[in-house]
Amino acid sequence: MVGENIIYGINGPVVTIKGRTSLSMMEMVYVGSSRLVGEVIGIEAEKTTVQVYEDTVGLRPGEPVVGSGSQLCVTLGPGILSNIFDGIERPLPKLEEKTGAFIGKGINVPVLDEEKLWDVEVLVKVGDELSGGEIYAETQETALIKHKIMLSPLLSGKIVSVKQSGSYKVNDEIATLEDKKGRLHSLTLCQKWPIRIPRPVSKRLPMAKPLVTGQRIVDTLFPVAKGGAAAIPGGFGTGKTMTQHQLAKWCDADIIVYVGCGERGNEMTQALTEFSELIDPKSQRPLTDRTVLIANTSNMPVAAREASIYTGITLAEYYRDMGYHTAIMADSTSRWAEALREISGRLEEMPADEGFPAYLPSRLSEFYERAGYMNVLSGAEGSVTIIGAVSPQGSDFSEPVTQNTKRFTRCFWALDKALAYARHYPAINWNNSYSEYVKGLEAWYHDNVHADFIRYREEICSILFEESSLMEIVKLIGADVLPDDQKLTIEIARVIRVGFLQQNAFHKEDTYVSLEKQFKMMKAILHLYHKCQKIVSLQVPVSKIISTGLFDKAVKIKYDVPNDKLELLDSFVEETDSVLSSYLRKGG
Amino acid sequence: MVVEHRGLSEINGSLVVLEGIKNPMNEEMVSLELEDGTVRTGRIVAIEGDKAVVQVFEGTRGLSMVNTRTILKGKPMEMKLSEEILGRVFDGLGRPIDDLGEVFPKERKNVNGEPINPVSREYPKNFIQTGISSIDCLTTLIRGQKLPIFSGSGMKHNELAVQIVRQASIADDDDFAIVFAAMGVKNDVAEYFRSSFEDANVMSRVVMFLNLSNDPIIERIITPRCALTAAEYLAYTLGKHILVILTDMTSYCEALREFSSSKGEIPGRKGYPGYLYSDLATLYERAGILKNAKGSVTQIPILTMPNDDITHPIPDLTGYITEGQVVLDRGLDTKGIYPPINVLPSLSRLMKDGIGAGYTREDHSALANQLFACYAKVQDAKALASVIGEDELSGDDKLIMAFGKEFEKYFVNQGETENRSIEETLDIGWKLLSMLPESQLDRIDGKLIEKYYKK
Repeated sequence: MVGENIIYGINGPVVTIKGRTSLSMMEMVYVGSSRLVGEVIGIEAEKTTVQVYEDTVGLRPGEPVVGSGSQLCVTLGPGILSNIFDGIERPLPKLEEKTGAFIGKGINVPVLDEEKLWDVEVLVKVGDELSGGEIYAETQETALIKHKIMLSPLLSGKIVSVKQSGSYKVNDEIATLEDKKGRLHSLTLCQKWPIRIPRPVSKRLPMAKPLVTGQRIVDTLFPVAKGGAAAIPGGFGTGKTMTQHQLAKWCDADIIVYVGCGERGNEMTQALTEFSELIDPKSQRPLTDRTVLIANTSNMPVAAREASIYTGITLAEYYRDMGYHTAIMADSTSRWAEALREISGRLEEMPADEGFPAYLPSRLSEFYERAGYMNVLSGAEGSVTIIGAVSPQGSDFSEPVTQNTKRFTRCFWALDKALAYARHYPAINWNNSYSEYVKGLEAWYHDNVHADFIRYREEICSILFEESSLMEIVKLIGADVLPDDQKLTIEIARVIRVGFLQQNAFHKEDTYVSLEKQFKMMKAILHLYHKCQKIVSLQVPVSKIISTGLFDKAVKIKYDVPNDKLELLDSFVEETDSVLSSYLRKGG
Repeated sequence: MVVEHRGLSEINGSLVVLEGIKNPMNEEMVSLELEDGTVRTGRIVAIEGDKAVVQVFEGTRGLSMVNTRTILKGKPMEMKLSEEILGRVFDGLGRPIDDLGEVFPKERKNVNGEPINPVSREYPKNFIQTGISSIDCLTTLIRGQKLPIFSGSGMKHNELAVQIVRQASIADDDDFAIVFAAMGVKNDVAEYFRSSFEDANVMSRVVMFLNLSNDPIIERIITPRCALTAAEYLAYTLGKHILVILTDMTSYCEALREFSSSKGEIPGRKGYPGYLYSDLATLYERAGILKNAKGSVTQIPILTMPNDDITHPIPDLTGYITEGQVVLDRGLDTKGIYPPINVLPSLSRLMKDGIGAGYTREDHSALANQLFACYAKVQDAKALASVIGEDELSGDDKLIMAFGKEFEKYFVNQGETENRSIEETLDIGWKLLSMLPESQLDRIDGKLIEKYYKK
């Protein structure tokens, strides 16, 4: 029974109710006469604590708190894609229709368009036995994505009545299911799922395919697997958001969930406009066709910010269950952690590191553990890849959020201030970053790109590593005193840094680079290196080789070779041979 | 409904606790009348049953348990608004202090504002020419942007802000206005701004909110909110382009810390409250452009970095919210370079979409990138020179050192009244790059080099 509960105390977004209540933990409630959305986060003998997802200005003690009888849920069904929601899945365009440019309070709008008709193809017939997660209908949600309508994972039973394929609204009943106990359930186009509980799957599979992003430093040096988890930490201005946007635009996932968690409003507007203008190269459709945006900007209520991450991952899991590869970009998980801290502070909990609550690591691990490459209930394969940005305070990677994130992700793209100051983008520092997925992906690269891919990658890594130790010496005594073979290493490392790792997101040819081009570029650069090594061993000074202009040319091949004319890279290799052949002969 | 209440049950710092209150409202305004007839203003910040915690803006000095009468106003803090506010001077709580009488309100708005729906925002793209090379070329200001100046005590941030105001807005037509909020700045600083506005003949288009360093500290928490409420009204209701100057954000954050600690909250980094980020966001995020309104709000907050430390929580959190930052540098300042902008950590996040062909000039983006890259090399060369001596540097490094010196002298450095057009600025940039061999220009497309290099 849902009884009458009365507000007793108010402190920022936290509201307390005195006395025993029938509310349950994590239940969604409506607070006050303007029915603000909230969630029960603590129950004591004489006090129930509620966090409110909207601004509490104007709330008075004595106003009612009404339970909803269920946990904070998201509605899942067709109409999610190309939409933009706030942290608790309220569609922002609909909110705008209701309250204008500024977000008002206590507005209740349906999550999915209830009037829109979907062309539904029903896939079951009377008498069919269905278990949880099985697909009973489908509809073309956007030109890119077929939306598969699944039975809630909690249900199973026999279809007792079914309608014909045709046009239906999201809440129309298209079939009825009778479960083992003989209860009837009406099946519509949508279902609900509590955001804090991972959607069940049948089995976890090993991660053996990379998420191809078209970004050289990511694909080649620090790849993330489909179903993996990666973190992008970086101080302000190091390009976290830019990197996230690039990945969202170009990675080969079927569905992108982009969560703007406590970030700038203008960035969300930018994502919104950019994604609708960009055309997916494979399907010639705007990227919004495969994207969901969740925008809980920094000035929107802090409790909803805490929920936005879970809303995002639940949507991603839902599409995974249809057999899609989804990727969720969370920008930024630090803001989410700060929301935890803020609410924990209001609850007067004992703080751990830097005021963050002691349960920060467990919350982070719960979240990142929801990534994975799965065998889903319907039998298909799908994955959720999490890419979380971290905004460490004072760019100090030893702070708790970064450190704990490091423990639960296996791919770490450390953004570097010095690189960003020199406008070297993406500013991923190759010395501090790592990816533990490389081993598992070796076979894929071997079969799908080239047998030498991994070998080249390793050589590039070792050159960069050698350069960084040489630079220690250069910093002390200058580059002039180094022997020629080390000068060559420094020179070729420059080519790799500027010509390969640095990638211009605004350049038509450079913003996305296929794996084949990445491979051929590596090959061209390393070929140059090996030739020069031979020449240097014949006592020819490096400055002579530099004067041929080959290195400068190698730096610019990323711009000079269009993506559809990769044979030009082979001709660069030939040019290298012919230019350098004279030195080889002379020396010999 | 007006309810009167006698006495207090607790006084702690700027907070007082009232007991036995009937029907208080979260964030409700109260006025506290002392026995001597003076009136103070406060705001309810927490409620527990019939107990309410009230934050007193003017401080609690002279209050006792028995000598006050408290009146609940039945509404949250509101600002009276009409076009008359232009040219007026208000105190930190939005009350007129220029002896011109009360504002006759056309509208009253809650000073806390409401978050802008991201769907309703227009992505800012219009370049504002400030006439300052290092800003126009390298950290371009865009209409609707929030671009703070990170400074330190004693550096010329006020002069820079005034120069931006003078050169950026005044070129514009009637539709622009300035909202100026002073938080804990000295009287002569406020006076400097006022006289500069007068010299530039724009005083009739300025709204000033003054909470000077000797004014009540807690009032400071409200001051920027009043200013931004006024700015939003002028921009979105009256359709004007507003430039908001908030100075000094460091004093604001300190006021917030003081308030938080007296409330007994668990502190985050350096004693600042854990919600400092969210709180600053509710101010900075009020900049922007709406799809369905004519005006815009552009913010230039000024903050002094304690001990010139950019990792201090105030500049750090500010940088995470604002769309870039202009960082002033002590070293350049002592060299006598004005404006002492250190271009490397400075950044404008919105610039990439507001520059280039159609906005400024086709070569802008590549040129800016190249200047950044070259100036970053200058720092490496300097570091090396400080170890092995300048004479021992290689030829390339010597060249780059020379470039660095010229860059600071001719590009960054300019007069306080010098107003350079964007073309002039870009041409100076190319002239400087011409000191370097073409092979060093790895960020610029061949076509642009052909067109501009050594021309």
